[in-house]
Amino acid sequence: MAAEPHESVIPIESDADVVLARQRAREMSAALELTSTDQTLLATAISEVARNITTYAVRGEVILSMIRDAAGRRGIQVIARDDGPGIENLELALQDGYTSGGGLGLGLPGARRLVHEFDIETTPGQGTKVTLVMWERESARAA
Amino acid sequence: MAVPILKQGPFLIATIQAALTDSDVLQLRDDVMAQVTRHRSRGIIVDVTALDVMDSFVSRSLQGISRMTRLRGADTVIVGIQPEVAFAMVQLGMSFEDVLTALDLEEGLALLQRPRKETGDGGG
Repeated sequence: MAAEPHESVIPIESDADVVLARQRAREMSAALELTSTDQTLLATAISEVARNITTYAVRGEVILSMIRDAAGRRGIQVIARDDGPGIENLELALQDGYTSGGGLGLGLPGARRLVHEFDIETTPGQGTKVTLVMWERESARAA
Repeated sequence: MAVPILKQGPFLIATIQAALTDSDVLQLRDDVMAQVTRHRSRGIIVDVTALDVMDSFVSRSLQGISRMTRLRGADTVIVGIQPEVAFAMVQLGMSFEDVLTALDLEEGLALLQRPRKETGDGGG
């Protein structure tokens, strides 16, 4: 049996890449035995942040990694980054309903609600990096 | 991947077969509108059982199809939203309040076949 990949880099340039990124994430989260609900929440969050790349930055990448915290708990870390225009007003971009791209304005605030950890770094004119983490459930480790 | 749309009497049934890209979703919207016009359909069912993710773009597009077809006098029912998907949509903030939904195809057809409610509050 082949070793499970611990890192996967998906270039994001088109809407098909967005689908690919969430499928890869689902494979990885299934390998980690995340609950079916958590797999869906993570895949949905990835869809939102990867679409932000195609909408605002044209191209970028999504990096999926299996990680462990100090207590040995396993999780999946998603980094979505681009060298696009960045976000001028981050506070505004994290508010529900605010959009500068013609969408519903649920992308970033929505993605933040879907995962366990959410972090965003952005520099206007230089790019944006969004980091998401979904941890395995305690009960999964006890089993 | 194009979504096949079948005509069944006065209704159209669009069954999504696999994950959709954004362009597939827009194509579906255009196809549904074209077929509603061609067949003078009274109702549309969009079966999303095969979708394992309904993000804000897909949700907004389905909401758009529902509103557009309503302006043509046809109701759209979204059927087969998976439990995990429903959970994710609520967390995301998608309310889907003005969209008709049903458990599955059978329930969806039953919903479309019901006599239409009178609009307004004349019935009390």
